[in-house]
Amino acid sequence: MATATFRVRRGDAQGGRFVDYTTEVAEGMVVLDAVHRIQAEKAPDLAVRWNCKAGKCGSCSAEVNGMPKLMCMSRLSDLPLDKPVVLEPMKAFPLVKDLVTDVSWNYAVKKAIKPFKPRPPDAPDGTWRMAQSDVDRVQEFRKCIECFLCQDVCHVLRDHRLYDGFIGPRFLVHVAALEMHPLDVEDRLPALRGSATATSRSAARRCARRGSPSPTTPSSRSRNGWWTGSTTPCGSCFG
Amino acid sequence: MADYETHRHDVLVIGAGGAGLRAAIEASASGVSVGLVCKSLLGKAHTVMAEGGIAAALANVDDRDDWRVHFADTMRGGQYVNNWRMAELHAKEAPARVRELEAWGAVFDRTPDGRILQRNFGGHRYPRLAHVGDRTGLEMIRTLQDRGVHQGMDVHMECTVTSLLVDDGRVVGAFGFDRPRGRFKVFEARAVVLATGGIGRAYKITSNSWEYTGDGHALAYEAGADLMDMEFVQFHPTGMIWPPSVQGILVTESVRGEGGILTNKDGRRFMFEDIPEAYKGQTADNEEEGWRYTQGDKAARRPPELLTRDHVSRCIVREIKEGRGSPHGGVYLDISWIKKRLPNAEEHIKRKLPSMYHQFKQLADIDITRDPMEVGPTTHYVMGGVRVDAETQMSTVPGLFAAGECAAGINGANRLGGNSLSDLLVFGRRAGEHAARFARESGPGRIDPARVDAAARQAVEPFERRDGHADGPYRVQHDLQEMMQDLVGIVRNESEMRRALEGLQTLGERSRRVPVDGNREYNPGWHTALDLPNLLTASEAVTRSALERKESRGAHFREDFPDKDPAAARFNVVVRKAAEGEMRVERVPIPEMPGELRQVIEEMK
Repeated sequence: MATATFRVRRGDAQGGRFVDYTTEVAEGMVVLDAVHRIQAEKAPDLAVRWNCKAGKCGSCSAEVNGMPKLMCMSRLSDLPLDKPVVLEPMKAFPLVKDLVTDVSWNYAVKKAIKPFKPRPPDAPDGTWRMAQSDVDRVQEFRKCIECFLCQDVCHVLRDHRLYDGFIGPRFLVHVAALEMHPLDVEDRLPALRGSATATSRSAARRCARRGSPSPTTPSSRSRNGWWTGSTTPCGSCFG
Repeated sequence: MADYETHRHDVLVIGAGGAGLRAAIEASASGVSVGLVCKSLLGKAHTVMAEGGIAAALANVDDRDDWRVHFADTMRGGQYVNNWRMAELHAKEAPARVRELEAWGAVFDRTPDGRILQRNFGGHRYPRLAHVGDRTGLEMIRTLQDRGVHQGMDVHMECTVTSLLVDDGRVVGAFGFDRPRGRFKVFEARAVVLATGGIGRAYKITSNSWEYTGDGHALAYEAGADLMDMEFVQFHPTGMIWPPSVQGILVTESVRGEGGILTNKDGRRFMFEDIPEAYKGQTADNEEEGWRYTQGDKAARRPPELLTRDHVSRCIVREIKEGRGSPHGGVYLDISWIKKRLPNAEEHIKRKLPSMYHQFKQLADIDITRDPMEVGPTTHYVMGGVRVDAETQMSTVPGLFAAGECAAGINGANRLGGNSLSDLLVFGRRAGEHAARFARESGPGRIDPARVDAAARQAVEPFERRDGHADGPYRVQHDLQEMMQDLVGIVRNESEMRRALEGLQTLGERSRRVPVDGNREYNPGWHTALDLPNLLTASEAVTRSALERKESRGAHFREDFPDKDPAAARFNVVVRKAAEGEMRVERVPIPEMPGELRQVIEEMK
């Protein structure tokens, strides 16, 4: 059976190093399978966060050969295996251990965004009427699985560390999903203008990375070729 | 003395999928303080993966539907060993729970007149599943999560509970640790709700993630509660089978609801060849009628692909065993054929089944709009769980409640697709309401420091094991999964299950020698070692219950007793921990169904 080597960042916030693990690989394997195999055979305490293994929960976010990826959806057949596959945690968030980062900031940001507030029901039985076309329009914004990889590649967060002044692409999309909700009557834009983007707008304008790496992209515009090195602004942040 | 943080809540909810979140919202809305513990990050629980939809008799698509039809469908699907009161409450309350979800911001697909659209699913007489594409679970968990967080509750993310704390027969809290740092936590609570999901990780081929290790089942069992119906494990007919690394990943039943067909290697639609008596009247006997049903023709009967999951799984196993399977040992599930019937079929498939399209494209290099998928059964759900009171969801131990997959009753011998999400909402809400009431009416419990110390010692004991020759935690878990798959799987018999009991004994001994490397910070090896006793308890409960039920019913099929035994329709199998520590099995009679419900079932036959 063929083998491949995985160069995994081990360690915690105090420090760490890359460790090479060579393991057997088989047809159809994804990066997460290889990590599990390494855990079972060589490094039982290797920290990795995962759940569904089907691209639906957004837990196993990491950087694979420098690219932000869900490990469960990264096929080994798409990677050059003649050299080590480099696995690192997301860089935009504090490291917990190995491939696991502390993403709790995202939960705090979301909590601060005003929740859904519906208009009064349309029918006497307390229900609403919506057109399928209105439902379709918000789908792209609602299918985000919160892998936080768009946050990871947003340089306002990753490089400039402007966590206090910028909510990041994920939550701009979340706000958009609420604002575009056919029933919602809340207004979140003043808050957004006031704090979410002001301090970071110029930084965001310089963004050279495009869109989200996740299969469920935060905006349809960013579906093609994220992080291609192109200098076109990603646009996710400005809808 | 162990070093730990203490958290005080009126109600502690363990598990943050649909049931846990709904319970927490209800308890919090009634004014008590609520703590919500999740083993993963919030919003990543298994509910997020639910694809098909929420079953509720809204009657938006077919006005012949009402709670009575839904009740009768649920009982028929469960082969009449369900808790009929739970099935009744579920059918009656599900529509209100779905509308409430919409009021909280969930966006469902619509009918032409703008109401919530409903789709066909196995075992449901009429189109009944509220859905949004094939990502209904994501919509549901986000909606509940956002509602819950804004309403106010303390969320303890990435936290594992290892024991319940009991005072004078009443549950008064829980002991656990946070996974990132490995620090101990003691939760003092006046009532505890278990909403920990299933036991799928006891099997090798499963749609369940690492979390589903029967924690709630084991916590309840150790605290003295009854587990019921554990012999009923649902094997979903359609899991991915190729490539090997994706084996078990779910392929939603909506594929069949949208017109997908099952064929063997000869291209035969084998489901037409075996339609159970109880479903003959409502199942199409030709392909044309089946197709018309999936396209909304109210005069047509549903195609046999939409028979209940237990039956479809067994038909697939039969095809494979008799040499008519696909190259990788499954059968074909084909949605691409609908292009013969529908203009724009490719777009239609991508719109109705976007995540299936993506999943196969990405993981198996298959374009489902052009080619059939290869599928086979995968361990999906456990009907059995904590035995609860239908109205309150309280277990047989005061102060301990359970809801969702880890509770038993609603589903009987087999769950209908779509009834899980509605179960979470209906009984999550009830558990939250009654746990809050119990908390208000009860004084604070007494936490026994000696018990806390014992729990702490037990949690870190694996680090002290020094047997250089012992297998690691992953090896033991893997061997357990292989054994349960082989010996207590879809087709069972006495001698194999006896062997499984012996195997569980050996695995139990091995699990107690499993060494753990490293420290307490985010250490999956340690976590897996602590999951093992729970998996073993759940597996033993499944095996002993399956031995006790000497017939075939729903998801429980015994080749040594291949027929249904009418006498066995009158009891549920219950296990509990005996005073001497061993697992005791008991048959508990099912209470007589009231006349009006019996009549509903008669009318719907």
